[in-house]
Amino acid sequence: MFPLNDNGMISGLLCGVLFGYVLENAGFGSPVKLSAQFKLTDWAVFKVMFTAIVVAAVGLWLMRLGGLLKPDSIAVPQAAMASAAVGGALVGAGFAVGGYCPGTSVAGLFSGRLDALVFIVGVVLGTIGFAVFYGAALKSLKAAWLIAEGDTFTDAYAIPEVVMLGLLGIALVAVFYFGSWFERRGSGTVTAQQALEGAR
Amino acid sequence: MSTSEQQANPKIRPFWSPLVAGILLGLVLLLTFVLSGHGLGASGAATDVVAGVGLQVAPEAIKANSYLGPMVADGSPMGSWLTWEILGVAIGSFAAAFMAGRFRVQLDGACSVGTPKRLITTLAGGFLSGFGARIAGGCTSSMGLSGAAALGVSAFVFLALFFATGLIVSRLVKGV
Repeated sequence: MFPLNDNGMISGLLCGVLFGYVLENAGFGSPVKLSAQFKLTDWAVFKVMFTAIVVAAVGLWLMRLGGLLKPDSIAVPQAAMASAAVGGALVGAGFAVGGYCPGTSVAGLFSGRLDALVFIVGVVLGTIGFAVFYGAALKSLKAAWLIAEGDTFTDAYAIPEVVMLGLLGIALVAVFYFGSWFERRGSGTVTAQQALEGAR
Repeated sequence: MSTSEQQANPKIRPFWSPLVAGILLGLVLLLTFVLSGHGLGASGAATDVVAGVGLQVAPEAIKANSYLGPMVADGSPMGSWLTWEILGVAIGSFAAAFMAGRFRVQLDGACSVGTPKRLITTLAGGFLSGFGARIAGGCTSSMGLSGAAALGVSAFVFLALFFATGLIVSRLVKGV
């Protein structure tokens, strides 16, 4: 029965190597490609993310149906709505300004981008800053608007998992449809050649 | 050599299509869940490194810190898994870039906004990202991608605010 709950070195390295390999091949080492998502000219970020979310969510569902995966055995982020909202806004702002998020900055650095190294320094400084300022205000933000019933849509709002998967499928089709529409109206998606030449 | 030949350098392989990349990323994420019981992450590795290095440099300050103190007391196995994972991301992305002719040392974004401004925007962006990830308890990988695949409510709140704020801020500041 899965999961194996293996948090060792090999497990981490294996998942990381595959993650990094896919990130760079998707073009997510390039801040030009990444930030084009927010300029609405290249929707690769959301197309890739939503496809991956649906594939993994359906895979987890099928494995539970087939008895391969223990129920309630997968980590789900706590339903702390206020901190998710504020944190999401700050990571989004950082992505728009810096051109990366923490994971893609590693792909950026190891495809040769020195600005990604500076971004990583910023991430470390932001982490230190958070630890220094971690007091009553940040604690109450993290404790604000918690959903007591549970962390998943099924536990919190009694929405069946199949319905959620269906909604995600519809969202995926919408992201591809509207994303491609925006891409046709704009200057085209960022090619590997353009990404190597830097910002347009 | 004609201009079109120069533009299409055959040594530079194109990126994967978003559909192919997305399906493969989904399978990697599924494998990660099956192996480790949790999803992919990134910003947590920075916390692990800050706590680990801090413990060597200023042990008293780290142990006394109300955020990092409890973390180093537990030993944080999840944190060290993330550090191995990020080391893997470095190896995997280097291999991908190198094999596809896409490895090039550069200060990306400098040619459009200038070197001094690019250094400031990327440092500021990293700071916002690192600080915000600690508020949310995760970044785009762990909260957004992995949390959404686990059908977590907070993941979709994170993604909605990530997108809305990114849209607005990218119109106010040209960072790349």
